[in-house]
Amino acid sequence: MANLKINGKTINVEVEDDTPLLWAIRENVGLTGTKYGCGIAQCGACTVHIDGVAMRSCGVTVSEVAGKDITTIEGLAAGGVMHKVQLAWIASDVPQCGYCQSGMIMAVAALLKDNPKPTDDDINDAITNICRCGTFQQVREAIHAAANA
Amino acid sequence: MNQHVTLNRRAFVIGTAAAGAGLALGLDLPFGGPSVVRAADGTPELNAWVVIRPDDTVVIRIARSEMGQGTLTGLAQLVAEELECDWSKVTTEYPTPGQSVARKRAWGDFSTGGSRGIRTSQDYVRKGGATARVMLIQAAANEWKVPATECKVSNGVITHTPSGKTTTYGKVAEAAARLEPPADVKLKDPKDWTIAGKGLKRLDTVDKTTGKMIYGIDIKLPGMLNAAIKDCPVFGGKLKSFDEAKIAGMKGVKKVVPVGDSAVAVVADTWWHAKTALDALPIVWDEGDNAKVSSETIAKWLAEGLDNAQPAYVGNQNGDAKAAIASAAKKVEAVYSYPYQNHATMEPMNATALYTPDKCEVWCGTQNGEAAFAAALEASGLPAEKVDVHKLMLGGGFGRRGMTDYVRQAVAIAKQMPGTPIKLLWSREEDMQHGKYHPITQCKLTGAFDADNNLVALHYRLSGQSILFSLRPEALQNGMDPAAFQGVAQSGEAAIGYSVPNLLVEHSMRNPHVPPGFWRGVNVNHNAIYMECFMDELAQAVGQDPLEFRRKLMGKHPKHLAVLNAVAEKIGWGTPAPQGVYRGIAQVMGYGSYVAGAAEISVTDGSKIKVHRIVASTDPGYVVNPAQVERQIAGSFVYGLSALFYGGCTVKDGRIEQTNFDTYNSMRINEMPKVEAVMVPSGGFWGGVGEPTIGVAAPAVLNAYFAATGKRIRSFPLRNQNISFA
Repeated sequence: MANLKINGKTINVEVEDDTPLLWAIRENVGLTGTKYGCGIAQCGACTVHIDGVAMRSCGVTVSEVAGKDITTIEGLAAGGVMHKVQLAWIASDVPQCGYCQSGMIMAVAALLKDNPKPTDDDINDAITNICRCGTFQQVREAIHAAANA
Repeated sequence: MNQHVTLNRRAFVIGTAAAGAGLALGLDLPFGGPSVVRAADGTPELNAWVVIRPDDTVVIRIARSEMGQGTLTGLAQLVAEELECDWSKVTTEYPTPGQSVARKRAWGDFSTGGSRGIRTSQDYVRKGGATARVMLIQAAANEWKVPATECKVSNGVITHTPSGKTTTYGKVAEAAARLEPPADVKLKDPKDWTIAGKGLKRLDTVDKTTGKMIYGIDIKLPGMLNAAIKDCPVFGGKLKSFDEAKIAGMKGVKKVVPVGDSAVAVVADTWWHAKTALDALPIVWDEGDNAKVSSETIAKWLAEGLDNAQPAYVGNQNGDAKAAIASAAKKVEAVYSYPYQNHATMEPMNATALYTPDKCEVWCGTQNGEAAFAAALEASGLPAEKVDVHKLMLGGGFGRRGMTDYVRQAVAIAKQMPGTPIKLLWSREEDMQHGKYHPITQCKLTGAFDADNNLVALHYRLSGQSILFSLRPEALQNGMDPAAFQGVAQSGEAAIGYSVPNLLVEHSMRNPHVPPGFWRGVNVNHNAIYMECFMDELAQAVGQDPLEFRRKLMGKHPKHLAVLNAVAEKIGWGTPAPQGVYRGIAQVMGYGSYVAGAAEISVTDGSKIKVHRIVASTDPGYVVNPAQVERQIAGSFVYGLSALFYGGCTVKDGRIEQTNFDTYNSMRINEMPKVEAVMVPSGGFWGGVGEPTIGVAAPAVLNAYFAATGKRIRSFPLRNQNISFA
């Protein structure tokens, strides 16, 4: 059992302590915007914010994040207003299949919080999510657009 | 896939009528008719493709699947173009394969592969839009008691020109649906397009940025349980036994079931519980003889096929290549090979099935709704009217989701738990080890020159796997796989772009036990690498510029040449590259389109490649959405270069060794070159765009690598040569 603070709400989930946060979010909390891609923290599809830091939720157990602030893609829009990264994503029509994009957007939102005007090199260092459709040009364009929004 | 299905149509008609507001008759008239067919909410159909609601919302039905390639938006643009509706009021929906079968396939082919999504349905979906437009205008004219020729339409508003009266599509749709459809309609000249041909925004973007989009993996049904599965790691092996007692007490476990004769699944309350229990389940496999197969044994077998003494199918031939080579002044020979590749869609395979003796329903991402339907039909054993498939968004397809193995498995599990919806999800490891892999091949190429350094002969001898042999044996031609010659064929949608006086293209078919599949780009991928890298070798052998060498052979292939010239011009071929930067070039035809690519790279320490810039040109005949075509072109370089640098699935003890993205990596944003797309649609034909460009990605970079280092790489992936991204 774990108390998870997700998107501002404290939710009591009946899971074993070693359950990966990803699966607690998807199956116990029922928020499916966070995606399973690899389960070994390689692809980034499951990226969420934990106390404001982008983390791969498949590699973190619920017991490690109890009491911490967890934000998923569903919680990124504050008060019903889309995050500037989401708006930039829509403006640049970034997603192709879109499966990796929740994680990509969460990774970018965390980057811009720490580094509001990232250079291309900063983006290269910080954004390591896999996108098999290969929409990286639009991702880069939208990051810069969001930074300048 | 081609299973013939029959259906009690009357039962379906009644069911539809009960759900809707009115009659549902004449279902076999794809473009409407005097009897009205109604959508589920009671709104009348103009025809199978178009439903217009009283509030002017335009519902466009899309039979092909969206998996990121933009087909959903592109097809809607084509229908809307002919319909002359207000694009801002367009929404889309998928008909189910069950509905289509019940209506004599009113929506035609559902298959979304071979870059065919738009090109093989553009004609009839546009007619659907045009037919509806004519009926809507006629309905307004009837209401006004004026000739339809005095009426015009723009953005879904019909105007009677002489009187200035106006009405909207939504107001006349009910009356229009009762009209006889016109026997024939004239489609617009693409030059007059205002909705199609434009880089309009995708219709599915917002939900993909908020987490709301429901992919197959996300579906939730009341009372649903989750299944994790392990299939025998050796292809062709069997499930011998499993010790269920060992996991009986594990949390959430509901049932352990065999699936077919080669797999076992654990069903639990959550997938995490199912997977955890499955990992703890003792399983004994009967691996069979295939357990002796390795990459080394496969490579040896394929190498034997390069020997001219071995039998081979001839796919393209003119003159007498063997004789010309034997008497040539100069000969060049090289052997290339290309490995297995996994599709590695970001969303692992999954399907959800609910089975009762009266009904079997499946929810899944699929590239071919009808194939999934046929798989559910067969696995459930139920008649067609009791089966249906609900298509959900695909987290990548790339050809993998044209297969239906995961659908069969889900139904097989659900059948053992009637009344309980079962979501089957493969782990990434299962997905990596049970793919339908890009086929493995080797190729020996021999070129011969006369004393004046003219290329007089080319012998292109493939050895390796046939996809059709495994997946569509009925498509073989006297044993030959015609698709094996994609990109080097004599004619058709993947024709060779060179004229050589003596040419022999042949295939020694060798089919290892590893199951092959249609992997985005399919046989164009390796054929383009072999041919385009070897073209560079030939040019080098006679001291000629790679572009000029090609041009001399392309006089009779103006469309191939045009895209090659387009990239050459844009990248500045023949002008000095920036300091330390080297260029490579390649072209191929595939899926009815002509494509070329040019790369600018630099190389550090002979092994660290930085791809600075790509110029890629495409002539697909017509461009329906240039913004999406541009994304397909750029994405093709990610798919093709990921395979070149990082890919390659190897076989040991009969099974695939790579299990996840740590051993089968994919390009990240830091490795992404700038891709400049040059679209040169020449009209008069319809080609695909999702796949052909992948063919030129690798050879353009490999030829640039040679220019930079003087080294030819003929075996892939590059990581095996200790070559990596910088």
